[in-house]
This record gives sequence, structure tokens and C-alpha cells, in this order.
Amino acid sequence: MAKYLLLKHYRGAPAPANNVPMDKWTPDEVEAHIKFMQDFAVRLEATGEFVDAQALSPDGVWVRSDGEGRPPVTDGPFAETKDLIAGWMVIDVDSYERAVELAGELSAAPGGSGEPIHEWLEVRPFLAAPPTITQ
Amino acid sequence: MTTDDVELRALVPRVLSVLVGRGADFATAEDAVQEALVRAVSAWRTDPPADPTAWLVTVAWRAFLDMVRSDAARRDREVTFDTQPPTGAVPSADDSLRLYFLCAHPDLTSSSAVALTLRAVGGLTTRQIAQAYLVPEATMAQRISRAKRTVARAGVERPGDVRTVMRVLYLVFNEGYSGDIDLAAEAIRLTRQLASLTDDADVRGLLALMLLHHARRRSRTRADGSIVPLAEQDRSQWDVELIAEGIAILHAALARDQLGEYQAQAAIAALHADAPRVEETDWVQIVEWYDELLSFADTPIVRLNRAVAVGEADGAPAGLSALAAVGDDVPRRDAVAAHLHEKNGDLELAARLYADAARRAPNLAERDHQMRQAARLNQQLRHHR
Repeated sequence: MAKYLLLKHYRGAPAPANNVPMDKWTPDEVEAHIKFMQDFAVRLEATGEFVDAQALSPDGVWVRSDGEGRPPVTDGPFAETKDLIAGWMVIDVDSYERAVELAGELSAAPGGSGEPIHEWLEVRPFLAAPPTITQ
Repeated sequence: MTTDDVELRALVPRVLSVLVGRGADFATAEDAVQEALVRAVSAWRTDPPADPTAWLVTVAWRAFLDMVRSDAARRDREVTFDTQPPTGAVPSADDSLRLYFLCAHPDLTSSSAVALTLRAVGGLTTRQIAQAYLVPEATMAQRISRAKRTVARAGVERPGDVRTVMRVLYLVFNEGYSGDIDLAAEAIRLTRQLASLTDDADVRGLLALMLLHHARRRSRTRADGSIVPLAEQDRSQWDVELIAEGIAILHAALARDQLGEYQAQAAIAALHADAPRVEETDWVQIVEWYDELLSFADTPIVRLNRAVAVGEADGAPAGLSALAAVGDDVPRRDAVAAHLHEKNGDLELAARLYADAARRAPNLAERDHQMRQAARLNQQLRHHR
């Protein structure tokens, strides 16, 4: 088994095919989208492949140390930052192919006009613990 | 959680105060009581004791002695405690109350005080508390043992007071997380226990507040977890017994003429609970209670909620001018502004503000709710065009 992160972006991913913002969908379309996302997680729990799913607020801040004895420096949020993560799902699957298959299904969540969004999701493998037997 | 479990855990403060009263240090005594609880669960199934408190005290005391002995053996010291516990010394209500104060010690952070209260007063296991707050068990175990060390260092002489205890119980009640443990029910149980130990009118106010909100619990969310706003809740699902109890407790507290923050909040909740239909809500009186509440807690959140009430009592324009005094950075301000502008007939602005509210929502249920509102208004606007 290997763990993969399916990463969803507010900004920074190529524009999806169905790019209508969510507040311009009909209430029924919003409902269908929310239900799809809930059902997807429930289904992965049932197949034993779900690990975690979290959503992030778009508001964030950059922080760095300013040296010992001084408070950290904060800056931002920067409107021009290209990449903004919206949330993730962590899955534990048998193969890279399975991770890509699931990301594809998640990308087809229904959006405006009830059509699939075909949103671009990023699939990133976790760095695993070293194996016991190496030779 | 079974009823037996709740009854068992209700004995925890008394048992723990007996041990502390016999000179046991708080941290070890607390571990010993947890040990006794675990043994009680299996032992009582086949052989329930005639006097459960006495049973727990005996077993917890032995567990305490074992812990001290093995500790002493490690450090090669004499055990100073008598194997036979001193007789008499029945703990008074004040002793149990001191435990509450200790767990809400002002030197503790709120997350530590919450965890310690749930374990040492509530009798929950570390695993249960960790599950309720969605953190790893090892993390919660560390949080609790650090809290115990802080309390031991700060000294039992300078514990918190009933205000700090109420704040901790309020935080427990307000946590919406799910797990095996119903934190709201647990907060109510502990507040009841606190009310039986102290004469404070605002503790009764807090209990009334919790009961009145708990009564609406079934109608607050749909089966899929989505939020139902107060105005749209199915009031036939409200728990009339809890409402009646909450109102009775509140009236008795108010009659004592020692008004406090929680009584004012409970009075607002009672006025909502009193209205058989949303149209019958007495918004004028609710605004008056918000004004009372402001004299105890002048916070942006109270002012924000007051603006909603003003909007209902005196119309949307009045609500919007009340809102003008609330800073832009206050959580949920966009949502309230959207609601008031919609009521005022400015649907385009309201739709934009609902979308802003969704973007800034602090949780998923709230985000989805505000997004539905934005979608609903935008659909309406498309039809009108």
C-alpha cells in the first residue's frame, strides 16, 4: 500500500473545463456537488482506502523567524501568490494507477449546469518509511 | 455511553476529593481514580457493590498506594502512607468544588483546563477525550499530564474560581465535534453537578442556557449535517421538557437579582424557545436583553448578534446601522450583513456578501450554508432579469 495526497487548489491549477464559480450555480447544483464529495469519502472508507480529508480557509499568512528574542515576522496574504491550496484527501492505495483513477473520479464532481467540473487535481506520493529488507 | 457509565462517573469528584483529603497528591490520586473506574466497569457487571462510592474509594486508595510504592521503590524511599486509610473525613461539597476550581486553574490554557476537567471531574478516559477533540491519544495524554504538573506547581492554595470553571464548561458545551462522547451532554451533566455544589446565580444561568440550546439540537442540522437556521427550524422537534426546565431554572436565578452574563444569554435563548412560530418572537425584549448582556460582555460577537435582533425588532435599516459599529474582521459579519441587506431588498449586494461569507466561513457546514444562500439569491436575480 502507498499513500497519496490528492490536492485541490483555489488558485494555481490550470482552469477547469467547467469554470463557473460556485455561487453562480443553482441551489440544486450546489447540493449535488456537496453530496458527491460526501459520498466519495464514504465510498473510500468502505473500500478501505480513505485516510483523511481536510479543507483549508483561503486566508493565510506568511511567517518567518526574525532572529532570537524577536517576535516572528508575518506578511501577506499576497494576492499575487500563484498557488493557493483549498484542501486535500489522503488515500492509501495499492498502486499509482489506482491513485490516478480515484483523482480522476474526484475531478468529475458535478458543477454548474450539473456538468462535471473536470477540475485539475494534484496527485503527490508520500515519502514512505524505509523498508526492513533492503537486499 | 450507558446510563451506568454516567452514574459511575458522577461519583468521581467525591472519590477524588476523599483521596486528596487523605493527603494524596492530586496527580497520582487522579490516576488512581481512573484505575478504579476501569476496574469498576468489569467488576460491577457481575457483582455490583452495595455502596459504589465506598467501593471506588477503597480500590482507588489501593491503586494509589501501589503507585506510590512502586514510585518509592524506584527512588528507594519509605512509603509514608498508612495501608489502612484514616477513617471518617467524609468529603464536603466544598472539597468537590475545589476540584472544579483546580481543574480550571487560571495558569492553565483553556485547552488544558478543558481536558483536565473532563478527566479529573468528568471521569472520561484520555482516549475518549482525544477522540472527542480529534487529536492523537498520545497528544491528549501529554496535555493532561502537563496540566497536572502546572496545577501541582501553581499550588492547590490558589485555585481558579467559579467564573473560570463556567468558562471551561461553556467551551466544552460549544464544541461541535462528534465522537463516542456527547460533549454537550457531558457539559450539562458537569454544570448540574456544579450547580448542586455552589449557590452562584450565574451557574444556574449557564445551566439554563445549555438546556435551552440543547433542546433545539435535533432541529439544528439535517441528516446530512447541513445547518438549519433558527427561523427555519421545525419547532415541533424542540424538546419541550428541556425548555420548561431551562426556563424554570432561569426564572429562579433571575429572582435572586444577581444578574450575570450567562443569565442574560439564557434569557435570550428562552425568548426564542418561547415563540411557537418564528413570527411570534419577541425581538424587542431580545434587544433589551442584548443591551443587558453588553454591560457584562461588550464583545464584537455580542454586538453582531444584537444587530440581527435590532434588524428584526426595528427593521433592516436599523439593523444595518447597528452593524456599522462592528469591525470588518469579526467572524460571521459578512453573513449578518448579507442577511440584513437581503431583508432590505438589496439582493445583488446580499448575494455578493453571502459569497464572501462562504469564503471566510470558519467551518464546512457554515461554508456550505452560505454558499447555498448565495446560489439561491443569484438564481432569483437571474429569474428577475
